[in-house]
Amino acid sequence: MTSGHVAFGDMNTGQALEYPEEAAHRHRANRWQRWLLPAGILAALAVWQLLTASALVPAFLLPSPLAVADRFLRGWNDASLARHTLVTLSEVLAGLSLGVLAAAILGYVVAKSPAVERFLSPYIVASQAIPIVAIAPLLVIWFGPGRLSKILIAALIVFFPVLVNTVVGVRSVPQDLRELMRSLRATRWQTFSLLEIPAALPVLLGGLKIGATLSVIGAVVGEFVGADEGLGFLVNVGRGLYDTALVFVAVFLLIGMALALYGLVAWFERQVSWRREENRP
Amino acid sequence: MTPRVSLLSANELTVWFPNGNGGLHALDRVSFDVAPKDFVCIVGPSGSGKTTILRLLAGLLQPTRGEVRVGGQPLREPRRGTGFVFQQANLMPWRTVLDNIALPLELEHQPLDAARRRAGELLTLVGLEGFESAHPQDLSGGMAQRVAIARALIHDPDLLLLDEPFGSLDALTRERMAAELMRIWEARHVTVVLVTHSIPEAVLLADRVLVVSARPWRVVLDLPIRLGRPRTLELSYTAEFGKLVRRVRDSIE
Ligand SMILES: Nc1ncnc2c1ncn2[C@@H]1O[C@H](COP(=O)(O)OP(=O)(O)OP(=O)(O)O)[C@@H](O)[C@H]1O
Ligand SMILES: [Mg+2]
Repeated sequence: MTSGHVAFGDMNTGQALEYPEEAAHRHRANRWQRWLLPAGILAALAVWQLLTASALVPAFLLPSPLAVADRFLRGWNDASLARHTLVTLSEVLAGLSLGVLAAAILGYVVAKSPAVERFLSPYIVASQAIPIVAIAPLLVIWFGPGRLSKILIAALIVFFPVLVNTVVGVRSVPQDLRELMRSLRATRWQTFSLLEIPAALPVLLGGLKIGATLSVIGAVVGEFVGADEGLGFLVNVGRGLYDTALVFVAVFLLIGMALALYGLVAWFERQVSWRREENRP
Repeated sequence: MTPRVSLLSANELTVWFPNGNGGLHALDRVSFDVAPKDFVCIVGPSGSGKTTILRLLAGLLQPTRGEVRVGGQPLREPRRGTGFVFQQANLMPWRTVLDNIALPLELEHQPLDAARRRAGELLTLVGLEGFESAHPQDLSGGMAQRVAIARALIHDPDLLLLDEPFGSLDALTRERMAAELMRIWEARHVTVVLVTHSIPEAVLLADRVLVVSARPWRVVLDLPIRLGRPRTLELSYTAEFGKLVRRVRDSIE
């Protein structure tokens, strides 16, 4: 199970059973831990600013945080930054949806049918073994330098982890509960929607979280290979012009995009998860 | 007394489970009848095919040979009028207690609020009012098992099959649950087939005790228990009760 999250939707019943001292202790711990993340970020920014101010590193190699902020504002004002961000975001979302959809459907079939699994497993393993960077150029040649090739690359990189998690999730549905559904004369659809989906959901969402961050990498790899728009393209432009501030801006936007997607899935996971937090004594 | 027609009949049930070396016998020509409103207990050592018999009676498993008839009709698949309580409580952890109990009605597309109301009544019957919105993880083993019993009762079954429903409970809770089950049975008069490995429990509850054994996979004793009703735990200290327990015990050796 993924660590750290309060993975339980119904807080009423969850908290009622906790000992008061324990809850208080956790509360205290939370209070000062809350400051760790912003403090860490501030510290990193300070070190970075000092490093550039001390002239140990030339400005064209490492721009100062202020220079990066300035570059960001300039890009934002002439609207180019927003456009490139939206291009990459659209590729990421389309690739992620496509990859997840294909992997979830195929994963379900594989989980249900050993014959299909035996037939497909060499391809599935191969899809994982091929380094994405190596076949990205091929996909760009086949599908052109437009968005389609990026979407396909993102979908491909997302495919494997989501597929594996789907198979594991569907296989983890307890046999006893399947038998219960059978004894209640549930239809296939009822077994699917009322048993398999909720039972597999925690594992499925784990796969989706990994897929969400990978899809950003996939789109950028595609843009590196050949594109005239997108954040990956901006990184390339910045490199060519020695505009390192622009490279930083693009990289930060990519990180932000991946984090936002991850956070979105994690939030959704917390809303629907029925699994207990595991670190209770 | 009017002649009693059998609700349930097992005819020459034979089950082979395929394994590496040519199959494993789990049952060999097992036959018995169960009259309506009867309380039948099946006892036997571990691995003697008790769960297999219940799965056959529920229509979850088809016998290699022989057949199960319910109300005269051959049983081909699970039927609506049967309630099944598994060896483990077998609740869905993502559903509240109330929604777990309501599940059988929900699968029949009955209106959800009516199903929940019915589930609430059953929750009271098994003594768990106030736990409607708890999740199975918050329940003790005995409470979870009572929820499972409530779930099996929700569509008013005429046949209740229970597979060692008190197996994971401590002795005291076990006695309380057995008394509760007797009360439910007396109030509703469903036919009950209960698997247990406790001989005194079987004798206390049953109108009839069936003893099954492994190798041979047969019914080795079919003993009517002619003790009055209602029965209480007091009964288990009488000499008559002791003799019956002794007879069941001896048949297993
Ligand atoms: N699905 C199955 N496939 C193969 N063998 C099985 C299967 N189910 C049961 N068996 C075998 O059949 C025999 C009887 O099993 P069963 O579960 O009916 O016993 P039981 O009396 O319920 O035992 P226990 O008291 O331990 O629950 C056992 O030897 C078991 O290994
Ligand atoms: Mg069993």
